Amino acid sequence: MAGSIQVRGLTKSFGAFRAVDDVTFEAAEGTITALLGPSGSGKSTVLRMIAGLEQPDAGSVWVAGEELTEASVQDRRLGFVFQHYALFRHMTVRKNVAFGLSVRRVDKGTQRERVDELLELVGLAPFGDRYPDQLSGGQRQRVALARALAPRPQVLLLDEPFGALDARVRQELRAWLDHLHRELGVTSLFVTHDQEEALELANEIVVMNHGRVEQVGPADAIYNQPATPFVAAFVGASNVLRGTVWERHVHFGHSIVAGAHEIPDGAEAIAYIRPHDIEITNEAGATSFPVAVERRTDMGWMSKLHLRLEDGQPLVAQLPNEEIVGVEAGQRLFANLRNPKVFAADRADVESVTVPGAIVAPAETQTEAQAEAQV
Amino acid sequence: MNAVSTSARANRRKARLWRALMLSVALLYVAVLLLAPLGGIIYYALKEGMGEVGHTFRQSDVRHAFYLTAIIMVVTVIVTTFFGIIVALVLARDRFVGKRLVSALVDLPLAVSPVIVGLMAVLLFGRGGWFEPFFAARGIQVIFALPSMILVTIFISIPFVIREVVPVLQELGMEEEQAAWTLGASRLQTFRRVTLPNIRWGLLYGIALSAARSIGEVGAVLIVSGSLQGQTETATLYILRAFDQYQEQQAYIVALTLASFSIVMLIGIETLKRRASREAG
Repeated sequence: MAGSIQVRGLTKSFGAFRAVDDVTFEAAEGTITALLGPSGSGKSTVLRMIAGLEQPDAGSVWVAGEELTEASVQDRRLGFVFQHYALFRHMTVRKNVAFGLSVRRVDKGTQRERVDELLELVGLAPFGDRYPDQLSGGQRQRVALARALAPRPQVLLLDEPFGALDARVRQELRAWLDHLHRELGVTSLFVTHDQEEALELANEIVVMNHGRVEQVGPADAIYNQPATPFVAAFVGASNVLRGTVWERHVHFGHSIVAGAHEIPDGAEAIAYIRPHDIEITNEAGATSFPVAVERRTDMGWMSKLHLRLEDGQPLVAQLPNEEIVGVEAGQRLFANLRNPKVFAADRADVESVTVPGAIVAPAETQTEAQAEAQV
Repeated sequence: MNAVSTSARANRRKARLWRALMLSVALLYVAVLLLAPLGGIIYYALKEGMGEVGHTFRQSDVRHAFYLTAIIMVVTVIVTTFFGIIVALVLARDRFVGKRLVSALVDLPLAVSPVIVGLMAVLLFGRGGWFEPFFAARGIQVIFALPSMILVTIFISIPFVIREVVPVLQELGMEEEQAAWTLGASRLQTFRRVTLPNIRWGLLYGIALSAARSIGEVGAVLIVSGSLQGQTETATLYILRAFDQYQEQQAYIVALTLASFSIVMLIGIETLKRRASREAG
């Protein structure tokens, strides 16, 4: 009941704007894959082209080894879940779920059984006779999912499935979808701008920016070995430090981090450092260098330390409180920066925030979705 | 403190006064302009008793007039509904060069006097008109006959369905339809099972307005029909002639019948709509 999804060289322009540019990736049979990117990165367009709701200018779409590029939406038999549910507002929940079966003229008895089965599965059995506007957002999204699953599609495509929900419901639904996927094993591809969602749910993540694929890989590879400056900045919070390369090290003042392979001496480089990859010590070590503590914000089990390097670049560390007992504003300590992700400065994406010293916090995407949910 | 509560009370009294004033103006306006004429027609139509009503309806020219009006209305409603939906779908969904122009043109019949519409039809189909030779060669009488009467009525009734349906479609968006496609529904299935149920109230209103407009049309029909008694005389044209010939009683009775039809239709739609929205919760 599941098939792989392959897209090869997908390209699509809207007027002069190239929304999707030569996108190639594969979502293996039975996995969950996330298309992750900021708004306008073309991820939804890719999803809609797979579904047949948008026609690519070039490239091809394959599902379960069969080319579908020219097939009509109806013939593709893919499940699609819309961000704003797109439930049929004049139909009851049961009628909504049964729709895909009744348009294919499945007999009534089978329809009833399948609808019962799905309503049970999504935990909405008592709500079959309600109308969509009598349900909460989370319930509506589950109806949309049941409706998409009813005709037993080979693959499930979800466009920002949790984007219109508030944070708590989103968490619940995420866990529930994970569980559902384990149970059904249907190949799923979902679009999201929320990196946390992608990291948590997906077996494989396709990171997109400006219509292009930046990196494809499992969550840990995306997080720990970002292939491009964009991925380093977009996935997870990072400090952005700018320096000059000498002998495969980035120098900012007297501070040094390793990892500048393949960057010529004298070139500008940017090092991305996770807030939790900073170690604070009282004494200088082989790889540590002095920092000034400017502010400490206690956030319960951990604290945020606002530090400043000798050359003036700010640095934010997030550390468990037990590791920084006694650290206070005004102290001069030593920092050891682990796992720096170093890229030549000319490769850095201008539009991702690569101002020296800025900390990129992708968590702001959450508020964007929340604002949307309130509309 | 006493002073505060006094001024608060004064404010509240002022607000109440304003509300009462607005309400009375609105009611008075509606009463004077709508209810008074209606009451007048009802009074005069029924003044002589039901015998006169029966007598009027037994007259063959009255019957023929109603028959013509009914035919014109039915054809007009069918045509303006069918094409109205198509035009509305195109205007709401497609982007094309000249869309604004089309959108403006759709409103043209509202802006042009029906008399002018009638004259345009005469220019096209009358003696020496552009299309006259075509129909004459095939022995089809257009002007001073039913075809031209239907034609001008359709022209005048074009905007109603379109104007009611376009905003509903725009508000609806495409997502439900796209969801239906992904579930395997053909374009026709999608229209019948998703789009149509969603636009039905707007559509019904449009149809009702279209029907009401078509039975009430005088000017254009008067010019193209020649208003031949018992032949090309619609109910409204009958009313005109009856007045001219001092048969006011009959005119009032026919007028009341037409008005009742429109009123019943609108009340019917309103009732259906209310029941449906109660069902949907």
